[in-house]
Amino acid sequence: MPAYILEFLLVGFGLILLMIESFTTLKNKAVLGKLSAAALLIVFGLLFAVDSSADLGDTFRDYYHTDSAAIFFKGIALLTTLSVVLLSLDFLPVLRRGINGPEEADKGSQGGIGEFFSLPLFTCAGLMWMASAKDLVTMLVALETVTISFYVLVASMRRNVGSLEAGVKYLILGALSTGFLVYGIAWVFGATGTLSLEALSAASPEQWSTWAATPTLMFGVVLVLIALGFKVGAAPMQLWIPDVYQGAPTPITAFLSVGSKAAGFIVLWRFLTPFLASEAMAPKIILILAFITGATLIIGNLAAIGQSNFKRLLAYSSIAHAGFLLLGIVSDAPFSTIGFYLGAYLLMTIIAFAVLTVIRSRTGSDELVAFDGLAKRSPFLAFALVVSMSSLAGVPLTAGFWGKFLVIAAAVDAGHYILLTIAIIGAAAGFYYYLKVLKNVFWNEPDEGIDLDSQPIGITTKALIIAYTAGIFFFGIYPTPLFKALEEPAPAAQTAQR
Amino acid sequence: MESIPILIVAIPILAAILIGFKAPARTTAMLAAIANVMLASLLCLKFDHTAPAGVFQFASSLAVLDQPSISLAFGVDGMSLIMLLLTVIVTLASLWTISDKVKSPRLHFVSALLISAGALGAFLSTDVFFFYAFHELALIPTFLMIGMFGRGENPRKVAWTITIYLGLGSLILLAGLVALVYHTPAQSFDMTTLLGSVVDSGAQKWIAALLIVGFGTLVSLFPFHSWAAPAYAAAPTPVSMLHAGVLKKFGLYGLIRLAVPLLGEGMAIWADWLLVLLLGNILFVGLVTVAQRRLDLMLGNSSVMHMGYIFLGIAALIASGGNNSLALNGALLLMFAHGVSIALQFALAGKIEERTGRLEFENLGGLAKKLPALGLLFGLGAFASIGLPGFANFAGELMIFLSAFKGIAVGDTPLAELGNLQWAAIAAFWGVVISAVYMLRAYRSIFMGDEPRGGITAGKPLDFEEKLPFIILAVALVVVGFFPRILLQYLG
Repeated sequence: MPAYILEFLLVGFGLILLMIESFTTLKNKAVLGKLSAAALLIVFGLLFAVDSSADLGDTFRDYYHTDSAAIFFKGIALLTTLSVVLLSLDFLPVLRRGINGPEEADKGSQGGIGEFFSLPLFTCAGLMWMASAKDLVTMLVALETVTISFYVLVASMRRNVGSLEAGVKYLILGALSTGFLVYGIAWVFGATGTLSLEALSAASPEQWSTWAATPTLMFGVVLVLIALGFKVGAAPMQLWIPDVYQGAPTPITAFLSVGSKAAGFIVLWRFLTPFLASEAMAPKIILILAFITGATLIIGNLAAIGQSNFKRLLAYSSIAHAGFLLLGIVSDAPFSTIGFYLGAYLLMTIIAFAVLTVIRSRTGSDELVAFDGLAKRSPFLAFALVVSMSSLAGVPLTAGFWGKFLVIAAAVDAGHYILLTIAIIGAAAGFYYYLKVLKNVFWNEPDEGIDLDSQPIGITTKALIIAYTAGIFFFGIYPTPLFKALEEPAPAAQTAQR
Repeated sequence: MESIPILIVAIPILAAILIGFKAPARTTAMLAAIANVMLASLLCLKFDHTAPAGVFQFASSLAVLDQPSISLAFGVDGMSLIMLLLTVIVTLASLWTISDKVKSPRLHFVSALLISAGALGAFLSTDVFFFYAFHELALIPTFLMIGMFGRGENPRKVAWTITIYLGLGSLILLAGLVALVYHTPAQSFDMTTLLGSVVDSGAQKWIAALLIVGFGTLVSLFPFHSWAAPAYAAAPTPVSMLHAGVLKKFGLYGLIRLAVPLLGEGMAIWADWLLVLLLGNILFVGLVTVAQRRLDLMLGNSSVMHMGYIFLGIAALIASGGNNSLALNGALLLMFAHGVSIALQFALAGKIEERTGRLEFENLGGLAKKLPALGLLFGLGAFASIGLPGFANFAGELMIFLSAFKGIAVGDTPLAELGNLQWAAIAAFWGVVISAVYMLRAYRSIFMGDEPRGGITAGKPLDFEEKLPFIILAVALVVVGFFPRILLQYLG
């Protein structure tokens, strides 16, 4: 089965969900969420049946990658979306109040829930398509599919001022970055005469030196870098992140933080590969990237130190991790490093957001003080946070450490000592702000007024947390399966394809 | 037999998980500790003395990553066997000292088991990656324990200091270790391969600096020592015992295992600096120790101070290009001896605090009459720490001092021809006097006199179960002190 079937299937499922919502009268639309999760699970299962060497036919051959990186990122997109949908089920009471207002919600209004559960399927299809993009237009279209559905999802709690504010900010800055992207693509096309990244990779050194002779191509590349910088949250294009993360519904924040970032990075990597391989262009681009990387590491890590809101903390943490990932790209780390890092990032970030979702829907607060004494109120959630925060901080024997280790190893190998110093200081700062969360959880006394046991944690959320916690330890000690999944097939097959 | 090292690492982790799932905490933890002591003894019995040095026995390995080559590998050689014995003995004693009266004993047991598992994993790993990774297992439990159950004025501030300090130190170490591996031709994290290869001589200087700072921070080498004493003073007793006794030896073990053999040129460049720094440990921190007015802070500082002697042994090793078996034996013996003796002293300090609620010298006194067993045991610990003959510490320190004078003909060499190492050793010798001053003073103010000055009560004499962990540690000190060959036979 060729891989693109999956995206079509997902879009189809999304349409079916919308139809069900329109033409049936459901008392409780949570069932749509379960259907959505089931659809994602089916597609995730089918991912393993994909034949990556299948002939794609003339329609797709030039636009669609089925290499192991693409398959791996489709997996990440599917798992992220599945987690987001499952978390949303636990978040439903807050969501209903946010969408319909408290009075309506208390009367049992279900408005907007159907859309909320079907949109992630379209987003996911976009993310998956992005992972396969072989040329700049496919990349743009997939990226926009994702971004447009995110505009709606971020602002979906329309009775909530924070969500609306986040939606507007995201819309304006997202539109701006799209503008940069389209403009940049136009310049790249103008300079090189091709939109295909494969054609760029195949270009001869002489050709590259002609292109590099004028600043045209460089200008286009910088514009695209700015646009992708918005998506991955690289400084100085990171300004929107804290506000949008804070305002968006918590599961959607998780979606933005993991799905959007992962897709941004694979696109960034695919886009940069031909340019970094050319001797004429690479030094300049690496210099620009190095500045962006340094700034991202500094801003993400240092700004996170002072945060007292868990969502904002995670927002800055996501910027900091973008910095580490960029360091990997600057240091010419093999793609398995980036892929593994993002896989680990998925596990640890989703756990953090899962715990936050539970806390938010029980206490109504995202502030760190809402976590006070969690160790006594819910040892299970407290342990989950220990694992997630340790992994985010990069404590060894967790999956997060492998990511940081491989990036640091790549930086040592590439000899980027200044960036390495910044990264090490940043990682040490990370120990502080991630452990700050554990300080609230373990050291502080619980606020007696808040009862956590009023609603038990949803079985799916619990299963999710357990599975991902186990994953963090498993891959922390034995990461080999993920590396195997990221391994490119034998190079002989690749050249045959070309 | 290959599975024994894996078992030794896995048992405490499994025990911690079981306790997390509501297994009876004390029983599970003690069973795990005793099982590990027995497995370690089994390794001692089966240890092949004829195997050449540098060969890991009972080795097992599971490849994890090809490029760079990393594998989850365990094995034992003489050096790691000595560290293993230290760890299992101190673990047993420290778990025993956790009384059921403390707040949340379950968390105490889990943390102590995890710290112990981290140390065991680090000492038994034969792959640099996991050697490093296991050591960090202690980071989070230590942070949580000091913050939640710490004593003293501001344990939370201390918890932050130790975590950030050690976090940064280990990241520097990580950069150093990665650089070390990447500057060998094979780029393999496997210790056997690594130790068989040659490090790029151009890069040695800076890699050596990174490793000295990185490992040095973990061992509290002057001037990276300021985290140590407050942390040991603030930490709950089992954590200080394991941290000061066992975990701190990780840095020394790493220097002896990796830095000295692989970075001969690089370490030699920094050798004189190292001498200055270790004298900072022995003399400066020694004088700081004399000025302490609380037992826990005094012990914490004394532990920092004694690291200086082991660094002297390492300096002697560097000076001889790694071929100074006297220095190697002395350093390892002292690592073992210091680990056991400082654990004993922290355990006793914990007991004194439990009984009297005080640790300030001015409020204590006359305890020898109320708790004679405690007085005797503290005396043993103090004598060991000073380095009196008959204790393992003496044997270790003596060997280190002698090793510094290797190749120098006594009587025939004029003083002017002594090198920096020899002068440093002569200066370091005064540390023994400093140790005697503070240890004996502490003993006098806590145990001598008629009555406790602070108007405190000491309760009934110690019963056997309370005494047992102290006895285990004291016996280990005396036995190894009289028969250092028990340990040194494994070094060949």
